[in-house]
Amino acid sequence: MTDERESRSSQPVPPILPNPPVVSTSLPPSNAAPSVIRDFLNKRGSGRIADNSFAALMLLCALSIFAIVLFIFGILVLHSRPSLVAFGLKFFTRQAWDPVSGDFGALPFIYGTLATSLLALCMAVPLALGVAVFLTELCPRPLRAPISFLTELLAAIPSVVYGLWAVFVLVPLMRDIIGPMLVKTLGWTGLFSGANFGVGLLTASMILAIMILPIISSLTRDIMNAVPNSQREAVLALGATRWEMIRIGVLRNSRIGIVGAIMLGLGRALGETMAVTMVIGNHPSIAKSLFAPANTLASVIAGEFSEATSDMYLSALIEIGLALFLVTIVVNAIARLMVWAVTRNAPAQVH
Amino acid sequence: MATQPLSNQPPHPMDFQTRSMRINNARRTLTNYFISGLSILATILVILPLIAILFYLVFKGASSLNLNFFTHIPAPVGEQGGGMANAIVGSGIILALASLMGIPVGIAAGVYLAEFGRGKALATAVRFTADVLNGVPSIVMGIAVFSLLVQGRHFSAFAGGVALAIMMVPTITRTTEEMLATVPHAIREAALGLGVPKWRTAVSVSLRTASPGIITGCMLAFARVAGETAPLLFTAFGNQFWSLKLSEPIAALPLQIYIYAISPYDEWHRLAWAGSLVLIVLIMVSVTLVRIFANRGVLKGGS
Repeated sequence: MTDERESRSSQPVPPILPNPPVVSTSLPPSNAAPSVIRDFLNKRGSGRIADNSFAALMLLCALSIFAIVLFIFGILVLHSRPSLVAFGLKFFTRQAWDPVSGDFGALPFIYGTLATSLLALCMAVPLALGVAVFLTELCPRPLRAPISFLTELLAAIPSVVYGLWAVFVLVPLMRDIIGPMLVKTLGWTGLFSGANFGVGLLTASMILAIMILPIISSLTRDIMNAVPNSQREAVLALGATRWEMIRIGVLRNSRIGIVGAIMLGLGRALGETMAVTMVIGNHPSIAKSLFAPANTLASVIAGEFSEATSDMYLSALIEIGLALFLVTIVVNAIARLMVWAVTRNAPAQVH
Repeated sequence: MATQPLSNQPPHPMDFQTRSMRINNARRTLTNYFISGLSILATILVILPLIAILFYLVFKGASSLNLNFFTHIPAPVGEQGGGMANAIVGSGIILALASLMGIPVGIAAGVYLAEFGRGKALATAVRFTADVLNGVPSIVMGIAVFSLLVQGRHFSAFAGGVALAIMMVPTITRTTEEMLATVPHAIREAALGLGVPKWRTAVSVSLRTASPGIITGCMLAFARVAGETAPLLFTAFGNQFWSLKLSEPIAALPLQIYIYAISPYDEWHRLAWAGSLVLIVLIMVSVTLVRIFANRGVLKGGS
């Protein structure tokens, strides 16, 4: 595009040129104060200093984003030193969590985080894909905007409000209706044994699923919209039904992006704090039952950080924060690269 | 048309009515309807919790919302009444601090990405880092700022503002960049052609043209951090009394909701619902306003 513009603009230049030499030789000697415009232009300077300092200022602000990430990393490493030195890498494979005797290990929290996040993904991904398929391929046009607006509202609700709702609605529901039902139908798997207080792994995963749904579905929708219409038309022209068109023409084309969207949802689920803290039961144990209270990396920090009295306790919690930071950065980086790979050349703009 | 088979040829090569084909077609049609039904069901299942949450909020919150809520500070346990006036004001102070620090830096970084860094490796790296930083859990920001500003001193409103500002920067950077990218190049070229310096072009032409979108981005970032609790837990800490000092612990609406929600008192639960309703109305109004505003301000004429 730019080449075209340049070649076009280079043509009309010659015809304008003829008189300048004449003007430039005749003007200076004739009068000392040439014209108001020239005077004005001379006075205000070229603006190079302003330009450079402006660019430098903007660059500085852009670099501050790097600085923030480095600062978080640096400060977390610095403050988790006592625990890093005392436990080393074994910190992540030890099951002990005893603040009184100063014995710490993060395994129960890693288990809790992974279990809740994966369960939440299992619940949220099919639903999110369904919503995305409905919104991009099936939905009648007048319904499209309100429904996508509603799902986006779901993303705007703060985590603490989800937590509040979960404590007063989801927990009783889980204790009195869903829990007993699960025991009756799926009790033989052993996943639903033990006392059901309503708080625990399963409740936490359900609230997590509700929270990550809008993220996955809106990203998936964007990715599906990026699939060129010619793909859909080509598959339909071969006589495919609508579902076959979606499967072959849309889902297959956007699978990398969808995996990326799911990983972004995972990143969010791993770090979600408040709602999970309020319903997971906050008990550092590894139990097979999904009704058992547990604890995640984020919720143990939220729950115990202000009670941490000894330096070792504090540094163990900060090390957990460091682990959370690194894991979410890696998950997000991979996810971003995947989404990027798909939507970078979004054909929607090309036509 | 030219290759139409003659009528005396017995097997029709394009016969779609054989038994196996009919079964196949029926199966495909059924699958189609089945999957369509599933995706409609999924959509309903997703909308359902949203409606349940909103309904509960309005139902529980509206019944306990009164003037006292906006004018009184929290009452001691066991006493009736009391409100969250200090928390609402505290939230306002923290958010104002965060916006003051986060918005300029975020917009400036976005300007760099869109105006100066086009196609540079550094810009790509900044963009990527911003995206990644966007996904870092808010509690991590909380403990990082705690370690920097609070440890050894005491909890303060300023620390809360810093934690929220850090969360605002990447969102604002990315939206600013995207909005500046929609400004037609012709406008910039026109300004530069008139001899306007580059910085002036960026400020008065590009930013000015993209301002509706950038304001939208800022409001969305604002709405997002307005409901954040985790980064405030160890920075602003919360306060049951009036405090407007930046160097003292300060109350915040989400924090207060959290404290009340996990408390064992009915009266406090009631206040938690009312607080959530206020918070969510605040957020929804800003998001909806922004949507209307942004739709009206859509840039005309692409490049």
